[in-house]
Amino acid sequence: MSATQIRRDAAEEVPDEAALGPGASRAGRPSRRSGEWRALVIQPVLVVLGVLAFVLWRATATLSETEARQLGAAALWDSTLRHLSLTAVAAAIVLLIAIPLGVALTRPALRRFTPVVIGLANVGQAAPAIGLFVLLAMWLGFGFWTTVVALVVYSALPVLRNTMVGIQGVDPRLVEAGRGMGMSGLAVLLRVELPLAAPVILAGVRTALVLLVGTATLATFIAGGGLGVLINTGITLSLDSLLISGAVLVALLALAVDWLGRVVEYVARPKGL
Amino acid sequence: MSDPVPTPVAPAAPERRVSGVPIRLEHVTKRYPGQDRPAVDDVSLEIAAGETVMFVGPSGCGKTTLLKMINRLIEPTSGRIFLGDEDVTNQDPDRLRRRIGYVIQAGGLFPHMTVATNVGMVPRMLGWEKPRIAERIDELLDLVGLDPDVYRDRYPRELSGGQQQRVGVARALAADPPVLLMDEPFGAVDPITRHRLQDELIAIQGEIGKTIVFVTHDFDEALKLGDRIVVFDVGARIVQYDTPEAILADPAEEYVAKFVGAGATLKQLTLTRVNSLELRPATTATVGEAAAAAVARARAAGDELIVVLDRRGRPISWPTVAEVSRMTTIPATVDEKLPVVGLGSTLSDALDTMLAASQGGAVVLGRRDRLAGVVTVEMIMDVVQRTRQEAAG
Ligand SMILES: Nc1ncnc2c1ncn2[C@@H]1O[C@H](COP(=O)(O)OP(=O)(O)OP(=O)(O)O)[C@@H](O)[C@H]1O
Ligand SMILES: [Mg+2]
Repeated sequence: MSATQIRRDAAEEVPDEAALGPGASRAGRPSRRSGEWRALVIQPVLVVLGVLAFVLWRATATLSETEARQLGAAALWDSTLRHLSLTAVAAAIVLLIAIPLGVALTRPALRRFTPVVIGLANVGQAAPAIGLFVLLAMWLGFGFWTTVVALVVYSALPVLRNTMVGIQGVDPRLVEAGRGMGMSGLAVLLRVELPLAAPVILAGVRTALVLLVGTATLATFIAGGGLGVLINTGITLSLDSLLISGAVLVALLALAVDWLGRVVEYVARPKGL
Repeated sequence: MSDPVPTPVAPAAPERRVSGVPIRLEHVTKRYPGQDRPAVDDVSLEIAAGETVMFVGPSGCGKTTLLKMINRLIEPTSGRIFLGDEDVTNQDPDRLRRRIGYVIQAGGLFPHMTVATNVGMVPRMLGWEKPRIAERIDELLDLVGLDPDVYRDRYPRELSGGQQQRVGVARALAADPPVLLMDEPFGAVDPITRHRLQDELIAIQGEIGKTIVFVTHDFDEALKLGDRIVVFDVGARIVQYDTPEAILADPAEEYVAKFVGAGATLKQLTLTRVNSLELRPATTATVGEAAAAAVARARAAGDELIVVLDRRGRPISWPTVAEVSRMTTIPATVDEKLPVVGLGSTLSDALDTMLAASQGGAVVLGRRDRLAGVVTVEMIMDVVQRTRQEAAG
């Protein structure tokens, strides 16, 4: 870090009273965030271009009858929706479980269970995904809900971990200040800890979403449907067009979901940070 | 143990406004789990209403622990604590804390809330009406010297360290609590800002008369702010509880003498305030007037320096007569390094300010930042000389 840079950082932390007119520094905020804005705009453009390229290829390529049927508009739409609903349902369940669990594990009374729970979540994620899917299918049967369970087990860790890390990262003096002025433990959690941890938690949610979109391709092996069906059929029938179409569509979907996550992070980040 | 409860030796100055309540600690002990010695060992202490009592002592002696037991952020292992006539040890802690202001280092402001939201926290919890809260926020920002229109909607990140600390004090005072607990509140700001904040706290306390318990590492700060000082040793053993003057003049033990440090006469500078000196009137000039007239006035008065006032009567620079005589009109330039002190500043602060500005004197501000006069190095040296002579015989 150069000397001037250090000085600039220091100046940012302790703004000079004279240099800051009313609202002056707030006017400066958008420029600091404008880099992020540009990234937020470029990503959906890339996704749209990707979709257009795929549509163009589909319209012009010469395809066999099987390929054409598999890549028909209705079939594609169905698999995409199915893929998305797997992702969305699993994500909703992950949020409902992992965030409260993460919060609970940062409370003093439950802190000692942290290693056990994190260990379990690690196992869930470290186990080969396909093995997890098959094992669960043998136990719970094939289909949508088994897939959802497998996806939840597989993607809970980032949300759980980020919730804990985010809350542990809140300056303990702020918690003390809150308690010291008479806020209840719950009020401190809702008004201080969670808002300040929100950026980290949301980053974990986005990671989990992207993970879910990718992993949901494995649903096809336990009759869960989704875009994985295209890839699987492409492999078994040696039809590269199906394989590649499936892979490209999943990638585009992941990019789109990632973008959505970033937008939420951007909008939900508390002001003043 | 049945030591008598240490009580203040002399009554406080009677004419001051008092809105605080007395605090009484009775045989308070705190034993942290897994430690063989109690952090606070059977402490009894009585703090009079409206007084500022400073806790000093070596690191780890239990000052913070004792302070936090008053608002029950830490539960005492045994003993009782009274605010006024109420025993705090059997109250709902959240309700109790809303009636006790609490200020920590760097203010402890919530970074994701505006200044106004931060300050309005406790009144909102107490269910005040919105207009009353808004009014109170402005009143408090005004009290701590921040223009509400400028600072109300800022985030803590957009404030300097000293400003954050002021907001921290405003927030603690929001619901007009009778008691204010401060744990090294000015520990994280630079010395000049610290002196300012101390001066302001003195002025604010003069207006509101809370009971303040203030932990500090800085003995000079204790001398300056405290009506009384408690010197602690390990286990929060009270070694001496007395007025600053008495502690300086007559340290109870070798230990206190060491803590006070060498040069006790020089420390007297920390006890004498600028307003107790007979300030020299200064030749003044107002921005925009003819330089020659000002020079003539200065020569007539025998002054070598001229205090330049802006149109609202506040000093902005302090040029020499020679400098002014080279000008035609008095310029509106603001001298950033102008040495200024308040009437409540100590002589030690004044000396610091002069040294920092490499000037032989400082401009003294009175009410509303108007000029009250000037103080010079010679005047301070006189005081030192006199204390020396008094001490000698
Ligand atoms: N939560 C805690 N658990 C165990 N021991 C503690 C805890 N808090 C403080 N202590 C111990 O109690 C003693 C008193 O601590 P305390 O924080 O009250 O000291 P202090 O006088 O405020 O020190 P400093 O001037 O460094 O702030 C120390 O020995 C410290 O190690
Ligand atoms: Mg301490």
